Amino acid sequence: MVVAEKTYKHIWKLFEQIPDPEIPVLSILDLGIVRRITSEDDTIVITITPTYSGCPAMNLFEEDIIAKLKENNIMNVRVEMTYDPPWTTAWITDKARKGLEDYGIAPPVRGSQDKGELFKEGVKNVRCPLCKSTNTKVISQFGSTACKALYKCEDCLEPFDYFKCI
Amino acid sequence: MNTNLFKYCLRLGDNSLILGHRLAEYCSYGPYLEEDISITNTSLDLIGQAEAILKYAALVENAERTADDLAYRRPEIEFYNVQLVEQPNGNFAHLIARQFFIDAFNFYLYSALKESTDNTIASIAAKSLKEVTYHLRRSSEWVIRLGDGTSESKIKMQEAINDFWLYTFEMFEMDEVDEELITKAITVDLKPIQDLWNKKVDEILVMATLTRPEDGYMATGSRKGYHSEHLGYILAEMQYLPRAYPTAKW
Ligand SMILES: [Zn+2]
Repeated sequence: MVVAEKTYKHIWKLFEQIPDPEIPVLSILDLGIVRRITSEDDTIVITITPTYSGCPAMNLFEEDIIAKLKENNIMNVRVEMTYDPPWTTAWITDKARKGLEDYGIAPPVRGSQDKGELFKEGVKNVRCPLCKSTNTKVISQFGSTACKALYKCEDCLEPFDYFKCI
Repeated sequence: MNTNLFKYCLRLGDNSLILGHRLAEYCSYGPYLEEDISITNTSLDLIGQAEAILKYAALVENAERTADDLAYRRPEIEFYNVQLVEQPNGNFAHLIARQFFIDAFNFYLYSALKESTDNTIASIAAKSLKEVTYHLRRSSEWVIRLGDGTSESKIKMQEAINDFWLYTFEMFEMDEVDEELITKAITVDLKPIQDLWNKKVDEILVMATLTRPEDGYMATGSRKGYHSEHLGYILAEMQYLPRAYPTAKW
């Protein structure tokens, strides 16, 4: 079976409706987790990549993807996982970056792989999502999930999550 | 099946799996909430890395065993993790010393393995490296903070470094597995990795005002599946459920 271009477009569109379980303002498309949609005979193959190796949401993404497509009468679906190329925060869309900040999570600093040497803090310009001050400091390299670090704003004194660059 | 490649994958996977399990044991014992979360997040990264590489090991073996079978049904003698990662958590300084030693090793190893001619190993290494970079940053900071901290924390950090020193040589041991895979550029010579590791460890110990221990007796045997007594206890707990209920599903 040849899968029509139209079908692929339709599927990409459907993925906008699947939210990240931890950060519901983001869809799996916003995060850049879906890498490819292809087909093998009459099976649609969705290739996804994990944000972090141990990301506990991956199984859920797989279930959500299959359920969403079934809802839309696309029954033969297989979800595959790839590590190549490894996920990077650079794939997070502009819309999603704005969504993150509005949600109270500082988006990853752009164009940076956080490569600051040890102890010189990698990121200097993390902006407080509440008062927008950049006078912030890291409290812990790991926040509420592996993909986030915990920061504190030195101006408004609020702690906040920062989506780490990887 | 390429037995050497299979064994090499187990070596990488078992290091991550066993350390991931050890760190998970520490859940809720961290010195404060944020640090507790860091420990379990590191554990999660490691278990994820273990899953990726053990899946590949299962594929290489091609014997209808899954990654879960490899993790939960193998006996002790078939585990190839270095003895360092199976050492008990001890106090917080012990946890940090063990983590720092292995993080520095993983950092340089994965930096090299991401150029592997084996695409799966290269991509898993590239992925893991991103995570290990954060792990190393964190464990290095703690070694310095505790070493150059109070008189009490300095003593504890130095003791932990001393206690685990004998387990550090094993990471760099090479056998016929390495020999074959190095010629195919699937893996790398561990000697240059050891030099980089030594340099990093010296640098951090100086910053931490700690003393590098003298080399003495060094643990060996894990490349052949020989372990300290601790691994058996870990497996007894970790494998209990899948062995007691073989048909249980996630
Ligand atoms: Zn603020």
